[in-house]
Amino acid sequence: MMTVERANRLARVGQVITMVALAGLVGVYVRALEYTPVERMQGLAQKIFYLHVPAAWATFLAFGIAGFLSVLYLWLKDRRIDLVAEASAEVGVALSIILLTTGPIWGKPIWGTWWTWDARLTSTLFLFLLFVGYLLLRGAVTDPVQRARFSAVIGVMGLALIPFIHMTVYLFRTLHPDPIILKPSAPSLPGAMLVTLLASFGVFTLLYAGLVTQRYALGALRELRLEREAHAAG
Amino acid sequence: MPDFLRGVVLIAAKDLRIEWRTRTAFVSALAFAVLVLAVIFFSRDPTLVSANAIAPGALWVTFAFATMLGMHRAFGVERDRHALDGLLLSPVPREAIFWGKWLGNLLFVAGIELIGLPVAFLFYDLPGWSRLPLVAVVVLLATVAFVAVGTLVGAMTARTRHGELLLVLLLLPFLFPPAVAGVQITARLLEGRPLSEVAGWLKLIAAFDIVFLALASLLFPATLDE
Repeated sequence: MMTVERANRLARVGQVITMVALAGLVGVYVRALEYTPVERMQGLAQKIFYLHVPAAWATFLAFGIAGFLSVLYLWLKDRRIDLVAEASAEVGVALSIILLTTGPIWGKPIWGTWWTWDARLTSTLFLFLLFVGYLLLRGAVTDPVQRARFSAVIGVMGLALIPFIHMTVYLFRTLHPDPIILKPSAPSLPGAMLVTLLASFGVFTLLYAGLVTQRYALGALRELRLEREAHAAG
Repeated sequence: MPDFLRGVVLIAAKDLRIEWRTRTAFVSALAFAVLVLAVIFFSRDPTLVSANAIAPGALWVTFAFATMLGMHRAFGVERDRHALDGLLLSPVPREAIFWGKWLGNLLFVAGIELIGLPVAFLFYDLPGWSRLPLVAVVVLLATVAFVAVGTLVGAMTARTRHGELLLVLLLLPFLFPPAVAGVQITARLLEGRPLSEVAGWLKLIAAFDIVFLALASLLFPATLDE
């Protein structure tokens, strides 16, 4: 297990990464507002795209990693894996709040409605609620080994559920714009916009890395304190 | 009978016997189902929306909630005086514990659905009585995997603080695909449409059943303490 010094050092590394990411976020926004052309149909409302889409990417990265680590934990039973999964899930919940608030702000002027029960919106909402449940479950279990096993089970189940939610709503009906970057043909975004978007992807990935590093260090410190207290008491 | 199957049947029979002697969970789930059906009947403007139009939704919401009432019970009874330890020490494989609990839960829920379905037809004055057996089959298909997830999650939340609350929160997302599919299929069937029209939804339920029956049984041993 980790020492207090190492955990503190890791927390500082995480802080530095987060600071760099936040500075990058300012940069992305300056670029998006000043140096990227205004979209012809949507006007200024489209600017939120440089925040919304990268936030979506980081959210799915965070939950994907949490789910993947859940599988890995059930296999290897390493406490550190559980702590990273916890950190990733918590950061994912924070990022999905950005995602779920920027979406409606764009949706109102463009779609004419704050919310619609489209496949991607619904899956994201369920994913968010599932991981809120995941974090609540973690809070309700006191034994660390039991907590790790229980939350890993929910992580795996949640990961398997999302495609089904997506399919369900897809069979129901769909409205969300089609993908414009990750699709079979070449990206249909003008060069300047693509550069801004890709820069924002990088910034959000960095932000995710910084926050998870910090949260993991905090989780490790909490475990160390509990161990010390149990040692002193026992 | 092979040992595995014997274990499954013994555990299911034990659970159902306990339930039969008290009947608390079954009667409360049933009364709850009727209450929900009644409340939903009045949660509409009768001049705009007919009872027929909301019947499929009412039916599935009712079953969903009633099912969740039953799920907490299966492992709740094992918590008293550490009965679960006794179950774990008994010479049945862990997988048999899962399937036994699943079978007990399934029969419990199927019992509620079996009574709830004609009651809903009666209360909502639905026309398609001849379609009732077909609807019952769809209900059962949608229930199998959902009960498996409920058994898995219930095994964890029964030993967790605020377990009843967490069970509902963690279980409802898993209810979404089978319940939505169920509503769509039931609505079409009641209108007398052919089954081919709901092939997509039936496939979705089938895939959901396969994936979650397998996953829940595989993950179950991880919820038990060593």
